[in-house]
Amino acid sequence: MKKIIIIPVIITASTLLFFISCNKQVEGRTDNTPALNPANVDLNAGTWKPILLTGPAEFPVPAPIATTSPDYIAQINEIKTWQADLTGEEKQIVKYWSAGAVLRWNEILRELVSKHNLPPFQNADGSYPFPSANNPLAYPQFPFANPPYAARAYAYVAAAQYDALVAAWHYKNLYNRPAPYTVDATLQVLIPKSTLSSYPSEDAVVAGAAAEMMKLLFPGDQDYINQKLEEHERARLIAGANVRSDLEAGEALGKAVAQKFVTRARGDRAGAAASNQAQWTQMETDALARGETPWYSLELPKRPPMLPLFGKVKAFLFDSLTAISLRPGPPPSVSSQQMRTETEEVYNYIKNPTRENTRIVHYWADGVGTYTPPGHWDAIAAEDFIAKNFSEVRWARNMALLNMALMDAGIVCWDTKYFYFNPRPTQLNPAIKTLTGIPNFPAYISGHSTFSGAAATILGHIIPEKATAYDAMAREASVSRLVGGIHYRSDCEVGLLVGKNVGNYAILRAIADGAE
Amino acid sequence: MKKIFLPVFIFSAFAGSAQTDIDAIMMEKNAFCTGPLYSYSSWTNYWEGTLKRDNQNLGKVSTQMFGLMGNYGLTRKVNLLFSAPYVKTKASAGTLHSMNGMQDLNLFVKWRPYQKRVGAGRLSLFGIAGISFPLSNYVADFLPLSIGLRSKTASARIMADYQQGNLFVTGSATYVLRDNIKIDRTSYYTTEMHYTNEVEMPDASSFNFRAGFRNHRLIAEAVVNNWTTLGGFDITRNNMPFPSNRMNATTVGINIKYVIPAIPQLSIVTGGNSTVAGRNMGQSTTVYGSFFYVLGLGSKTKLTGKPAKK
Repeated sequence: MKKIIIIPVIITASTLLFFISCNKQVEGRTDNTPALNPANVDLNAGTWKPILLTGPAEFPVPAPIATTSPDYIAQINEIKTWQADLTGEEKQIVKYWSAGAVLRWNEILRELVSKHNLPPFQNADGSYPFPSANNPLAYPQFPFANPPYAARAYAYVAAAQYDALVAAWHYKNLYNRPAPYTVDATLQVLIPKSTLSSYPSEDAVVAGAAAEMMKLLFPGDQDYINQKLEEHERARLIAGANVRSDLEAGEALGKAVAQKFVTRARGDRAGAAASNQAQWTQMETDALARGETPWYSLELPKRPPMLPLFGKVKAFLFDSLTAISLRPGPPPSVSSQQMRTETEEVYNYIKNPTRENTRIVHYWADGVGTYTPPGHWDAIAAEDFIAKNFSEVRWARNMALLNMALMDAGIVCWDTKYFYFNPRPTQLNPAIKTLTGIPNFPAYISGHSTFSGAAATILGHIIPEKATAYDAMAREASVSRLVGGIHYRSDCEVGLLVGKNVGNYAILRAIADGAE
Repeated sequence: MKKIFLPVFIFSAFAGSAQTDIDAIMMEKNAFCTGPLYSYSSWTNYWEGTLKRDNQNLGKVSTQMFGLMGNYGLTRKVNLLFSAPYVKTKASAGTLHSMNGMQDLNLFVKWRPYQKRVGAGRLSLFGIAGISFPLSNYVADFLPLSIGLRSKTASARIMADYQQGNLFVTGSATYVLRDNIKIDRTSYYTTEMHYTNEVEMPDASSFNFRAGFRNHRLIAEAVVNNWTTLGGFDITRNNMPFPSNRMNATTVGINIKYVIPAIPQLSIVTGGNSTVAGRNMGQSTTVYGSFFYVLGLGSKTKLTGKPAKK
């Protein structure tokens, strides 16, 4: 009898012990990224072709004070004061930021996109409120960081960082100020030493450009952004990597360059992309006039289409006429046999979805509350760039190429969507239920496919040994929309193709920018 | 397209009064009681954080469960229990696909170390330990249409029961350890960004109180159950729910069990409950029905649901 009583006690105790011994702490994939220690510092990057700047010296950076001056020595002592009594938290922020400035700011941007990628809740009368940049904290908060908004945000931040770093490299070579640990050999150095001139600080350039650009894009998150900026610069001081004047010059340069991108952003027509009821109705009327069935919102109550005029936004890689020329031919007519066949194909996929197809759909869904498909491609790129050990300026250049391709893919895709105004599979056959949320804009062409085609193309150029893998990822992302009930095959296949065409423009730029 | 979870994971809260892990009924040594269970649960309103709302893109979200349960008397003081549900979900509006599949296997050891006459009645004390784990590779990250949360759990429960004549009260408290889960995407946002597919699942606690009439033929009881997630975050405005949300629910319900006089091995069980308070969950109403058959109920064994006569 005793023995029997002991059994449940043992079972209880051992299961509890098993669980208690499990560590629930979850580690992010880039939490333990080693400190950036580039194989090649890209000393000549000051001669690379900027995106908006007329030249690397467009914004002046004053000559630094001499490393023998009392003021400089005071700045060295500031580092020593920090280093005298390092807390665990201070060591942690050094470790975090030393992984790479472009990497971390890209992650922060992806975080803000995820936070803000939420469609507004409807008003009591069934209409929908629009976020206001002038009142970003009132509901609905500004911005609604949907895929086009996000693609544009990633592109501007990356492009501004790249141009600012090209300028920074120019001044680094011009002034050639040694790093603090070279001036004072007694300094502790908590990061890998670099042969690069430390003035202006490339980290502060990246942070300053990001913070200034994000002030426009995420005006309600200023406190958070500024706290990150301060932490980033503090990490560089604590690490012994920069003195304060390196950081101040870098931040000022980054912000000045970003201002040029802010000016461009204010005039790039994105502000008018939400359009208005008259234009939405016109799109519907045009589709009817062509003898087609116009798209309508499948949300209840019906939501205005997402950014119908995003297709008119000024692209980075080509002019507006080229953007229109990249628009593909029409989708199969809604009344055609091909469309019936394609609708049937979607239905057959979602009738009894396999677990593997559901996995693929969810892996690539990047829907509400996520960093969107462009953010997913940034995440893929970031992990591969970490492995490549790029310099900060090459990181920024590659991120800029990728994100300009993604934004421009978004522009061509949105132009196509609203030009043809084609219905979703579920509109043609309500029995088609979807394995993820159905986006609130026309079907043709698939945004996921266009983004992915563009991203895989430019990434395959940047890391040629992975070109086949990127292509396979893009195909999987594309087909995820078909098997998830979101898109017809034509949307996906043509989308991939259009994306590749956009990606090729990024390759043209890459070949000519002086970095290869 | 906004969704919300419903408490399919509180399996025992449905299962009412038929030799479950959360009642005071024990099987005699070597007796085995088993039977199928069907439950239907639905909601149209849910709590987005603490804000109650409906969602025209979901309409009514319903969950059907087909379960098999069993209880084996290792001794009259130690019982082993299991339940294995198949779950099917559906939204009446919007475009989101329904989900179905085998959910989690639940295993319990129920131990009654103490039973004595106290005053005019009889006091019994119980210790119950359980584990649960997914029976299939179902999707957790598709709330509210996911069929479960996938988390492996271990639970510990203490329970006290007092019966005087045909009236009884039972109270229990449970702590549920929940293991982290993996989802199909590579990152997610809670109140901050997580660049991983692993989700930290907060533990949970549960309180259950039931009282009513109980003899060898009939049990009729009222039940109050509270489930509280010890951590997690609220769904933000118009966002999707997520497995590690702070899901809380308080339900009130009734259960009836009746032993068929002509076939004393067979009992029918029915009941229902309604959610009266919640957070990040649907305001669900649940009804269920089941029948149980007792095998190995010899002359020396009997159900101990009625008071001992001494």
